Amino acid sequence: MIPRAAITAEAARLRGLFEQAGAAPVETAILQPAATLLDLYGEDIRARTYTATDALRGEQMLRPDFTVPVVQMHMENGAEPARYTYSGEVFRRQDDDAERANEYIQVGYEVFQRTDPAQADAEVFALMHRILAPLGLRAATGDIGILTAAVAGLRTTERRKAALLRHIWRPRRFRALIERFAGRAPVPPSRAALLDAADPMADAGPLIGLRSRAEIAARIEVLREDAAAPPISETEVDLIDAILDVRETSVHALGRLRDIAVDMPAILRAVDLLGDRLDALAGRGIDAESLPFEAAYGRTQMEYYDGFVFGFTAEARPDLPPVASGGRYDALTRRLGQGREIPAVGGVIRPGLVLKLEAGT
Amino acid sequence: MTVKLGVPSKGRLMEKTFEWFGARGVTLGRAGTEREYAGLVEGVEGVELILLSAGEIPRELAAGRIHLGVTGTDLVREKLSGWNARLEMLTEMGFGQADLVIAVPNAWVDVGTLDDLDAVAAAFRAAHGFRLRIATKYHRLVRDFLRENGVADYALVDSQGATEGTVKNESAEAVADITSSGDTLRANHLKILEDGLILRSQATLFRARKAALDDAGRAAMAALLRRLRVD
Repeated sequence: MIPRAAITAEAARLRGLFEQAGAAPVETAILQPAATLLDLYGEDIRARTYTATDALRGEQMLRPDFTVPVVQMHMENGAEPARYTYSGEVFRRQDDDAERANEYIQVGYEVFQRTDPAQADAEVFALMHRILAPLGLRAATGDIGILTAAVAGLRTTERRKAALLRHIWRPRRFRALIERFAGRAPVPPSRAALLDAADPMADAGPLIGLRSRAEIAARIEVLREDAAAPPISETEVDLIDAILDVRETSVHALGRLRDIAVDMPAILRAVDLLGDRLDALAGRGIDAESLPFEAAYGRTQMEYYDGFVFGFTAEARPDLPPVASGGRYDALTRRLGQGREIPAVGGVIRPGLVLKLEAGT
Repeated sequence: MTVKLGVPSKGRLMEKTFEWFGARGVTLGRAGTEREYAGLVEGVEGVELILLSAGEIPRELAAGRIHLGVTGTDLVREKLSGWNARLEMLTEMGFGQADLVIAVPNAWVDVGTLDDLDAVAAAFRAAHGFRLRIATKYHRLVRDFLRENGVADYALVDSQGATEGTVKNESAEAVADITSSGDTLRANHLKILEDGLILRSQATLFRARKAALDDAGRAAMAALLRRLRVD
């Protein structure tokens, strides 16, 4: 066991390094309003967080991370551009695995900047890379923005694209939707019967609950439109699969994605951004050529990352979670900003894991 | 040291459990008056009957405060994480069958599958400004099931009884509840989703893996299990 005082001291050291890099230290409350987190993540967040309740404020959650409160703080009164650092406990409910920590310290670095996203991405990654270099960790990178751009560029209905984008972070449901929209999955009998019915509401019986007759009728209309829309082409499905399969060194991944972009020009901008990021990383002394890249990396994590994503893991210790991780979360600032938004990227290091690896325990 | 056997303290589940043990030569009964929660055991030595609420039996087994217990698989899986490591399933008892299912209003003619439920949840949230509410007392099982199946934009609301009525009362849009025949759901104008079966449950005899026993206790346990033909 690493003594708590040692972890706190390591956290202070890391935060000092982030301050040297230009970040202003900030603090956030430990108890966060549950409504905000539930709005963002849905019911799943309950499986990952501790909820506390009182009669006055209702449900609150022990902060599962700093990103949400730091974004809220910045959106309320932050000047631009801004760099923040923080350190403190986060809490993760563990129902199944007694080996995983339910409370640990994170030290973070977040950049809010409108210009040059490639440089901002590279700045965060290179900083973490330099700090963690003595540990010899394996870096992993990805970019959710490429898959998102591919979906947005599909030649199909806006509704289908919206449905796919909503499930980018749920690979299984995403796959099921692709199969259905491509006409590969059989239509459930209940759906077929509904679409054939002259009066779909004939056997509906009494209408109970808040969902209205008009809402039901509107969805039937949507289903009819969808049934009439041509399937997503085999070619486009193959291109999505080709993107999801990209898993190699960054320089080869970039080449592969440029090839795919010839048939799918919608991803060109996202692929160019990857190229710019690799240049920016090289400019900061990272060996971008050999840096691993996986297009599907980070897809099953917290769903606020929507661009560059990265993680650092100890290869010899598959039992440990990533020592550091982070990514770009522009969409999160949009959702929390009440009409305002700002591109943002950041990451966290777990000082407890840094010390554990240093001690070789 | 006696073997402590936990049995549901009332209703059909208690009666059926008493019958099941009776058919195997072990007579279980209440001691004293109807209102007293002490039990008596005849036909086997060294076994003590503890009458408990069915919902508390999983916890008491996991804590090792009782050695054997009769309860539904639904309750064990809802209340205990990693239940397999803490409890051993000895035998299913052939009664108390119930399915945990997701049901929606019958009038939702556009909803037959989880795929539909997910799409409707997204549209409902856009139209009403809050997430589609599913009433249940099985929060963990329902949440895990919906996550595995990629359903988003719903909220669970707690309902400890009369769950089928929550849709009509407009405190939920859908329910996840235990049903044996589906009659109560139908009577409340609800239908089960085609792929909405979360779990099949029935009354089951469990053994606590961690409950301590001395030699006499182990002998009593072995004799009881032989009598019950589950050894």
